Amino acid sequence: MASNAAVPFWRAAGMTYITYSNICANLVRNCLKEPYKTEALAREKVHFSISKWTDGKPEKPTLRSDSPVE
Amino acid sequence: MFRQASRLLARTTTATTWRRSRAFSTDLPATPTEDSTFIESWKKVIPNMDPPKTPSSFMTPRPATPSSIPSKITVNFVLPYASELSTKEVDMVIVPATTGQMGVLPGHVPTIAELKPGILSVHEGNDVTKYFLSSGFAFIHANSVADIIAVEAVPLDCIDPALVQKGLAEFTQRLGTATSDLEKAEAQIGVDVHSALNSALTG
Repeated sequence: MASNAAVPFWRAAGMTYITYSNICANLVRNCLKEPYKTEALAREKVHFSISKWTDGKPEKPTLRSDSPVE
Repeated sequence: MFRQASRLLARTTTATTWRRSRAFSTDLPATPTEDSTFIESWKKVIPNMDPPKTPSSFMTPRPATPSSIPSKITVNFVLPYASELSTKEVDMVIVPATTGQMGVLPGHVPTIAELKPGILSVHEGNDVTKYFLSSGFAFIHANSVADIIAVEAVPLDCIDPALVQKGLAEFTQRLGTATSDLEKAEAQIGVDVHSALNSALTG
């Protein structure tokens, strides 16, 4: 197996497999018929809070409710 | 020393000696939970101490491969949020591997296949169930168990053809106007997925 074998185009462009797979999944979800589409998008919503730490202390956290971006 | 020997023998599982290189995969026993070559060489050098456990004794043994090919394959088809098929016995599955549509029958050679967006069809007698997968992997084991994992899988009638056409047109246009490598890659992925969806609906 050649270590410099033809890589997939997405890896050549700097994308990882997970990013590729998530993009494919989002595209498929966006092509669904109505009740399934809203269920699928609702299922994939994420809600999280991020806080940056400086000098060993957390700063104010930001709350994010991102719906999946393509 | 004989006391230890009987204890060691009692610990051995049903498997016979395990050779490092297997020429044929007919009638494989389950992988033993002890590394017998290591234990034998240990006993030659240090017969009075118990040999330590090796990592293989902590692992669950690989299940035995039957010598005759079973009549059905067992399919486990899972998604991150649901288990679509769980140890279902079917006659054949056709998976959309990156190297093309691959039919898997009982007794298939063990394979790991990366999947591209396409149709997975499960054949059971005269019934065929089809799902469109976004991407994933298929692991086919020596004992005719197939594990198929996908990120998103939908039955074909949940797909809206109008949205597919619209997406295909949009991404083809984006591919034409893309400048950076990343944009081109994303547009290309869009075109691939939508063309696969299109051919799934029409094929």
